[in-house]
Amino acid sequence: MNALSWDLQLLNTLAALLLLLSFAMLAQRRIVALVNLLALQGTLLFIATLLLAWRTGDHNLYISAGLTLGLKVIFLPWLLHRLIRRLGVYWDTEPLLNITGTMLVGVLVVIFSFGLAQPISALASTATRNSIGIAVAVILIAFLTMITRRKAMSQVVGFLSMENGLFFGAMSATYGMPMVVELGIALDVLVAMLVLGVFFFQIREQFDSLDLKHFESLKEDQ
Amino acid sequence: MKVFDWIVQLMGIALALTAAPVFLGWVNQCRAWLQNKSAPSILQPYRGIRKLFHKDAVIAENASRLFRLAPYVVFGAMVAAAAVIPSIATRLPITQAADAIALVGLLATARVFVSLAAMDIGTAFGTLGARREMMIGFLAEPALLVVIFVVSLTCATTALPIIAERLSAQSFALNPSLAFTAVAFTMVLLAENARIPVDNPATHLELTMIHEALLLEYSARHLALMEWAAALKLFNYACIGFAVFIPWGIATVHAPMSLAVSVILLGVKLTVAGAGLALVETVSAKLRVFRAPEFLATAFLFAVLGLLVRLLLGA
Repeated sequence: MNALSWDLQLLNTLAALLLLLSFAMLAQRRIVALVNLLALQGTLLFIATLLLAWRTGDHNLYISAGLTLGLKVIFLPWLLHRLIRRLGVYWDTEPLLNITGTMLVGVLVVIFSFGLAQPISALASTATRNSIGIAVAVILIAFLTMITRRKAMSQVVGFLSMENGLFFGAMSATYGMPMVVELGIALDVLVAMLVLGVFFFQIREQFDSLDLKHFESLKEDQ
Repeated sequence: MKVFDWIVQLMGIALALTAAPVFLGWVNQCRAWLQNKSAPSILQPYRGIRKLFHKDAVIAENASRLFRLAPYVVFGAMVAAAAVIPSIATRLPITQAADAIALVGLLATARVFVSLAAMDIGTAFGTLGARREMMIGFLAEPALLVVIFVVSLTCATTALPIIAERLSAQSFALNPSLAFTAVAFTMVLLAENARIPVDNPATHLELTMIHEALLLEYSARHLALMEWAAALKLFNYACIGFAVFIPWGIATVHAPMSLAVSVILLGVKLTVAGAGLALVETVSAKLRVFRAPEFLATAFLFAVLGLLVRLLLGA
């Protein structure tokens, strides 16, 4: 019944775990734990990339794996932890929808994205084409995480998780993007994070809080 | 061979009846050790049941016939469930007669009768316990059913013995969907058997209890049957888990040798699972009653994720 080779089995398992982690991030209210989950997601992505590089013998993927390790597992979580310490934001406020409701919406999102990815998977010729659905689901759930949170910090974590999903999608659809694009995105994410880090301090200075609902009012006097 | 099959079936039921209290005793013993207490004997549940059978029953004045009938129905349902689950062998007459969905129905019957009997007297505690039990039940049942659907998808059947046979026949493979559902099943097991994150089986603290509140009005032989049925329920759930997730060693042919191996392996699995259960109960804190839906929604989520991953990846 199961004729898959062991590395493909492992890749499938990693994909499933990525999806699980997305849900864990959706449910997590503590920002520190959220960042740790992000780092874990990066680690899984690193292992998956390494495995895929070994499987296909594609040298570019080794570089991608190295980038993932350096940027998503080590540097960004470290930066986020530092920001959390310096800003003193440890908890997000109660999300807009309660956890159970968000989870159920998340399940619907997964079903939707599996349906969405089916034609793409049918066209792709990679061995990992089945995981495209999972990648789309990870992207959309990260999006959902951003929508349901109020604190700027957790929205940024959602954004980074979305980037992870995109990376995974590219990997499973075409064994990774061209090196130039990948380097560009990595640089983009890095710069975005640095800029956002500065932004956080600006936002807090202006509004005395990182809660984004303050952005909704146009005038200051209210 | 027909007669021999029935003998094995009866042996299986007898094994379940005798092993269930011992399994409960083993879980309690492990838990006491982990909590640095001196443990009661592994046979303590037996002693409790024997003591209760020797007492005179006291029944509330306004109890209806249902109240008296319920322990027998509940116990009967649990024995029937034990007969349906392939715990030591798969090709047994009763085991092949019902599938996993009928099994869930049997467990639900028991739950309905326990709850009705608890409401029958009309005490506040009974009603409270019954309502909580139904709340847990209606959240746990979908999760359990989805768990069964996942394995049914994997094996193309809802019959537990065939599932056990097919899964034990397949070569070892990493199977994320089964791993997810195993987690979901463990959570359902904890909730359904009134174990610690949802209910504390050792407490009589009024505001938090579920299982004890249901049995508050029972005494003597009725209580003994109810307690025995509760032990059987735990045993049954453990055996469902074994049949689905670690089916290796369940006898598919009725040679005395393979049956003996199967019984020994069942003992080993129960020993390990009991210790694991005690560990889970020791490291986790009891949830507030209103957090229980979140716990069970997580179980449901795990099961549904297993299903979706199964559908998408085929693994």
